[in-house]
Amino acid sequence: MAVRIGVYICHCGTNIAGKVDIAKVVEFAKGLENVSLVKDYKFMCSDPGQALLQKDVEDGLIDRVVVASCSPLMHENTFRKATERGGLNPYLFTMANIREQCSWVHIDSGQTTDKAKDLIAAAVRRAFLLEPLTKREVPINPRTVVIGGGIAGIQAALDLAEAGKKVVLVEREPSIGGHMSKFDKTFPTLDCSACILTPRMVSVGQHANIELMTYSEVEEVSGFVGNFNIRVRKKARYVDSELCNGCGACWEKCPGTRVPRKGNVHEKLSLGPTTPIYMPFMQAVPAIPVIDTETCLYFKDDKHACGLCAKECERGAIDYEMKDEIVEFEVGNIIIATGFQTFDPSVIKRYGYGEIENVMTALEFEIMNCASGSTGGKILKADGGVPGSIGIIHCVGSRDKHYHDYCSRVCCMYSLKYSHLIKEKTDAEVYEFYIDMRCFGKGYEEFYDRLLTEDVRFVRGKVAEVTDVPTCKAEEGKLIVKVEDTLIGNVRRIPLDMVILSTGLEGHATLREIAKKCSVSVGQDGFLIEKHPKLGPVSTATDGVFIAGACQSPKDIPDTVAQASAASSAVLSMITREKIEIESATAEVDEDKCSGCKLCNTLCPYLAVKFDEEKGVSVVNQALCKGCGTCVAGCPSGAISAKHFEDRQIFAEIEGIFSGL
Amino acid sequence: MSFEPKIVGFLCNWCSYTGADLAGTARIKYSPNLRSIRVMCSGRIEPTFILKALYEGADGVLIAGCHPGDCHYQEGNYKALRRHRMLRMILPGFGIEPERVRLEWVAASEGERFATIVDEFTEEIRSLGPLKVRDSLEMVLSEDVILNLDTAMEEGGDANEA
Ligand SMILES: Cc1cc2nc3c(=O)[nH]c(=O)nc-3n(C[C@H](O)[C@H](O)[C@H](O)COP(=O)(O)OP(=O)(O)OC[C@H]3O[C@@H](n4cnc5c(N)ncnc54)[C@H](O)[C@@H]3O)c2cc1C
Ligand code: FES
Repeated sequence: MAVRIGVYICHCGTNIAGKVDIAKVVEFAKGLENVSLVKDYKFMCSDPGQALLQKDVEDGLIDRVVVASCSPLMHENTFRKATERGGLNPYLFTMANIREQCSWVHIDSGQTTDKAKDLIAAAVRRAFLLEPLTKREVPINPRTVVIGGGIAGIQAALDLAEAGKKVVLVEREPSIGGHMSKFDKTFPTLDCSACILTPRMVSVGQHANIELMTYSEVEEVSGFVGNFNIRVRKKARYVDSELCNGCGACWEKCPGTRVPRKGNVHEKLSLGPTTPIYMPFMQAVPAIPVIDTETCLYFKDDKHACGLCAKECERGAIDYEMKDEIVEFEVGNIIIATGFQTFDPSVIKRYGYGEIENVMTALEFEIMNCASGSTGGKILKADGGVPGSIGIIHCVGSRDKHYHDYCSRVCCMYSLKYSHLIKEKTDAEVYEFYIDMRCFGKGYEEFYDRLLTEDVRFVRGKVAEVTDVPTCKAEEGKLIVKVEDTLIGNVRRIPLDMVILSTGLEGHATLREIAKKCSVSVGQDGFLIEKHPKLGPVSTATDGVFIAGACQSPKDIPDTVAQASAASSAVLSMITREKIEIESATAEVDEDKCSGCKLCNTLCPYLAVKFDEEKGVSVVNQALCKGCGTCVAGCPSGAISAKHFEDRQIFAEIEGIFSGL
Repeated sequence: MSFEPKIVGFLCNWCSYTGADLAGTARIKYSPNLRSIRVMCSGRIEPTFILKALYEGADGVLIAGCHPGDCHYQEGNYKALRRHRMLRMILPGFGIEPERVRLEWVAASEGERFATIVDEFTEEIRSLGPLKVRDSLEMVLSEDVILNLDTAMEEGGDANEA
């Protein structure tokens, strides 16, 4: 029986029809070999659009389907399903991308129409040679790994654990908590960060369904959706977590120091605990200290003379011989929640960070202001005095062509938070140097309004320079902020005691590594790329890998938590299905043609091609094959074929492109 | 009329095809001379695909894959790179300028870069002029590659049942 191809051309409203002459394309398609019907419709992806092709298949009018519309990355699945509902194998469908790669990108509508014709001719020729493939289903392992234990990872892990699912939470640092554990108060409600975070951290530590691995890093991820294999390195803490009860005797007596201190208040700030054996912070989960071998006297000295902490520990938990441990386990899904790092302002020389005293970053201020920080929450200058005036510079590293184009979304708000907290704790005069105020969240504008009544000076303009070189008496011993006040149209020099740089959020320096391990891409902005910016914000191009929190883009805590819950519910929906269909387009060896050269065995990145000694030919393990086609292209005998991307199917597409010539 | 080159693109699904889609979503305009074929990975692209495209009428062929280290299948793009180098060495033997075949890395986020590459490449091929020596390729392409679909169709009806 001859092949009968149905071609469906989508207008996509005016998205395609505005640039492509649909009538001409329909006429053209009708003239193509093996095409038995051509229809065009306003929105092929709509229910009636799908029903159109489904019915034609049902009625037995066609046995191959071509849809010319948007990108297959957008709707291939939609139309495959419609084809299947009609009763045809879903792989007997193919698509021509006449929107993203045609009507949207070219100016001349004559040329767009020509291109659409060529693309449709190519798809029709390809359709002629398509073959039905059998569905492949794999079971989904109900356990999930969450990478990163900030508020995003904590929320996602708890959601899943509460639903009765097993979770492994892997955190690189000795404690979970992420950035939020460093804050004293959170905008806009000013609720105490520790008060809302600590109970959740404790739940994570105690939950029967959560296995917590701190001070650990994911080394390798292999496998595929439903069946990932994770290898984690648990770094040696040198403290036995089974024995330690977190009493603190060790670090209280520790004679070493992690940092040579000069006595300057600010020099202690970002460093946190100062002894080589240390607890990251008081509410740490797990409440188990770690030894920093770089500075520990025992490790630095060949004779290992110190050993004081071991002597002090009543439970014998200190173990200097401890080694890194490698653990392997299997999971069905992965949630990446590795958060962000803050922009390093020392690259902006004119702001003097790291050069001039009393210029600090927001995070340093956050730590100083935190009750459990090194000043006990007091706001102090480097010399220990109380500042009489403080300036807060917005958008440092954000909204700046030289650094990051994007807005970091939280800096305006945390800057306002600082103004409020400074006013609460000191009598200092406070200046906010801003470009625009961006207070978009729930209760944010209201918070800004409130601050407007708290005697804070708002100066609109980008700060040109922070200097300690005075030009008059009043500026002596001060930091001078030079700024163009765009509301009065004048350049001003404002002498201050302290300057806080509201540094932006950026993707982790190591984000690329973890992204690569999980086959997820990093965007130009340095954050992870989601599957769809609007409709797939927590899934990624790789099935079974989800993202949540500030690793996807700068975010405040409410958005982070919402996204984390979205990711966990996406995972739950995967787990509930129990099985998932995976790509059927794998590689296959034609045993008659295989010469047994084994070249393909070495080409496969997944070790899916093995040599069968008995038969003397190579065989593709269908469960491991991901269908990249590298072995196919490399086979000198042409013995391997890539299902759905066979040589002759691709040749047919090439021929189709030129058939209109 | 000025010469409008025909260019065939082979784009890997994960980075380059997505990058090309992004150019669309962002409505970046570029020259309409390219017609792309999607493959799962640049590692799937065989030299014969390129020769076949040139034989059928392409004046230039663009291969695009993920940046080194970013391949969705770990290292398919390195294989693509090797094959590309090899192909460029043999092309002059057929009287074909190696510049007619270009390999580029385009990430999923590089819509703008994709458009720039297509524009530049189109101009380069325009200045090289039409490819004239297609027939020389008959020597390397086997008959079933040359007559791919025609053979299939002549076999009559459903190629799969044949
Ligand atoms: C100065 C400042 C003040 C702020 N104030 C507020 C506020 O008042 N209110 C508000 O709503 N928001 C505020 N924010 C924003 C808030 O910090 C973020 O919304 C929130 O921390 C994002 O949580 P997260 O879990 O995504 O990332 P993070 O808090 O960064 O947590 C990520 C975690 O992942 C871990 N990790 C990273 N890489 C790996 C890896 N490869 N393997 C394992 N673990 C890894 C990290 O160690 C970390 O524990 C502020 C931000 C800044 C910079
Ligand atoms: S998937 Fe893009 S080059 Fe391999």
